[in-house]
Amino acid sequence: MTGRLLEAARGVRWYLREVTGEAKWDAYLARCEAEGCTPMTRREYERHRADHKERSAQGRCC
Amino acid sequence: MSTTTETRPGTAPGGRPRMTPASIALWGGIAVVGAVCWTVLALSRGEEVSALWILFAALSSYAIAYRFYSRFIATKVLGVDDTRATPAERLDNGVDFDPTDRRVLFGHHFAAIAGAGPLVGPVLAAQMGYLPGTIWIIVGVILAGAVQDMVILFFSMRRDGKSLGQMVREEIGIVGGVAALIAVFGIMIIILAVLALVVVNALAESPWGVFSIALTIPIALFMGFYVRYLRPGRVMEVTGIGVALLLLAIIGGSYVEEMGIADALTLSKESLTISLAVYGFVASILPVWMLLTPRDYLSTFMKIGVIVLLAVGLVIAAPVLQNEAVTDFAAEGNGPVFAGKLFPFVFITIACGALSGFHALISSGTTPKMVAKESHVRMIGYGGMLMESFVAISALIAACVIDQGLYYAMNAPAGATGGEPGTAADFVNGLGFTISAGDLTAAAQAVEEETLVSRTGGAPTLAFGISQVFTDAFGGGLAAFWYHFAIMFEALFILTAVDAGTRVGRFMLQDTVGNVWKKFGDTSWRPGAWIASAVVVGLWGGLLYIGVTDPLGGINQLFPLFGITNQLLAAIALTLAVTLLIKHGKAKWAWVPGIALAWDLTTTMTASWQKVFSSNPAIGYFEQADTYRTAADQGEVLAPATDAGQMDQIIFNSTVNGVLQATFAILTLVVVANAAVIWFKGWRTGGLPTTEVPHQPSAIVAPSDFFATKEEKAAVREWEESRRERVGAHR
Repeated sequence: MTGRLLEAARGVRWYLREVTGEAKWDAYLARCEAEGCTPMTRREYERHRADHKERSAQGRCC
Repeated sequence: MSTTTETRPGTAPGGRPRMTPASIALWGGIAVVGAVCWTVLALSRGEEVSALWILFAALSSYAIAYRFYSRFIATKVLGVDDTRATPAERLDNGVDFDPTDRRVLFGHHFAAIAGAGPLVGPVLAAQMGYLPGTIWIIVGVILAGAVQDMVILFFSMRRDGKSLGQMVREEIGIVGGVAALIAVFGIMIIILAVLALVVVNALAESPWGVFSIALTIPIALFMGFYVRYLRPGRVMEVTGIGVALLLLAIIGGSYVEEMGIADALTLSKESLTISLAVYGFVASILPVWMLLTPRDYLSTFMKIGVIVLLAVGLVIAAPVLQNEAVTDFAAEGNGPVFAGKLFPFVFITIACGALSGFHALISSGTTPKMVAKESHVRMIGYGGMLMESFVAISALIAACVIDQGLYYAMNAPAGATGGEPGTAADFVNGLGFTISAGDLTAAAQAVEEETLVSRTGGAPTLAFGISQVFTDAFGGGLAAFWYHFAIMFEALFILTAVDAGTRVGRFMLQDTVGNVWKKFGDTSWRPGAWIASAVVVGLWGGLLYIGVTDPLGGINQLFPLFGITNQLLAAIALTLAVTLLIKHGKAKWAWVPGIALAWDLTTTMTASWQKVFSSNPAIGYFEQADTYRTAADQGEVLAPATDAGQMDQIIFNSTVNGVLQATFAILTLVVVANAAVIWFKGWRTGGLPTTEVPHQPSAIVAPSDFFATKEEKAAVREWEESRRERVGAHR
């Protein structure tokens, strides 16, 4: 029972991290490791993402 | 010419076998539940009907439509092909082209399409009774809205995520393309103005509401700085803090009286309009990380939270519908909330929730660039829209379970109700409903509002309904808190839409003008950005001001314009869908978007015709202007105008609305006419070349539906193993 609950909680956490974009950082680190390059700092990386959002506005529907 | 490769015969995509006896029993059961619910709804007249019949009729219909119709569209009509790499896979740059988990993308897509539209439209349409709205929301989404979202998502995905405007230009023609571009821009402006009008009507004379909404600005700023400077990237953490602060802001609002700021926060509609315009301008030129992004986190979480709460609350409270199945206004067309008969006006009032043209912009925006596998368009496009429709059904129920005397007192314009509880009670009694002045005052006090008379726009009515459902379901004398919680949630949505919409409008304007004046098209050039933002804000702000000050009632006058233009945009999107099917040599399947297009054109063109040419001044904009002009020329003042100035205002407003209405209808007809030429050519030759990107093999392995099958899970595991080995071998 607790095992099930724990699994569900882990699933929710995974989903929230993915949806909010927080997990993008992990994906970036993994990508860097796979390609063997040095990753930038988290601060720089998040700046990068914010700059990109700046240029690509998406409408919110009614 | 079609470049689609057929899937292997005998197996559906995803390799699912034919239906087992267990699944036949399950789907048979769902069909029986749906049939029973619909029968009860169809046969009940003048007796107590539980709202749950509507809820379960909706859920079972959605399940069946998703399982069978959307699957048919995916396999037969579109021919989704998981051996084909999506743009996200081919052009993966980890930023805008990024193969995304299907469930995550479903969340993103839903957050982008869901807003205030499906919440307020059904509330207004409740004037016709609960049945017309219920039928249109459910049947409309299954045959039109979800089809449009899915098909446009698919075609955009096959073209590297091209926008609706681009696709119309390249696939239909330059004339249609230009018409579509103007229509899209104009519709943005109208949508922003009407959404802002809903907020203004909800916040006017409501110090509690103004207090909580105003606090969302510093809260969002705090979140923006926190996640940029203090703890970069910790979005969940900051959203948690933000939501907690937001709830405190709602609770804090009940103390505005004690804090002695109630008078300062009691704002008129005019001052709110100016504040909103200033806010919209500043928000759209500030960097997104400061205000827009954090706001988006807040509104998304509030959105999901309220929708889940509402669904649970409805099931627990199981309220009884107070509304009639079909009211007399449906046949006579003389309802006080908006004028006109059931046909065509129910179909344009419930815009989002059944069919929304605006979604075609999202389905051809960021979503198609993130789809990992082609089969995902089904759950994201069709499934996402079903969820939006469910929100609309919940809103309809919330409006139909409140006292109907109160409903009309809240939703009839001030010109009709006189704005006071006494006169409003008389007006409502005159309509054939009963409510006393005392009841009206008591209802306002229960939610700690100054008054509920003529709080048009749908948001206050929905908030009242939600508050009633939550109080029944969860108990505990929190009616005022729930009311303001619901107002906050709607206003938050709308302000996010206003931020984002102004910014998108600004980019569209800069892009278009950039074709003739290059410098202006550079979005990082400050003066250009400021001018474009000011123009966009000026346009919607101007229209908002017209709505706010209209003596005939802004919602009454502008909402039909909003509904019709949104549906006209849908007509453009569906026209594109039909065109592409014909060009791909699939004319035999063109009826799938075709029936939606035919119905949409029938309702919107009838509505446009009536709004432009009707000889009934309550419906036809020009007749309305004429009536008032004739009276004004003879020095008369017609109610609800109170002086010559208001007479002139009505004449001006009605003329502007009429011209806008006619323009959008003509633009849509231009696109359809342009497309008809292509249809004829394509039909004669059996297909035409299109801009579809040719097949390239896909390497990604992913399940295709919400829940992965055992085989799919195994395949994903195997694929991930092999990838890890490859990476290991590299080092």
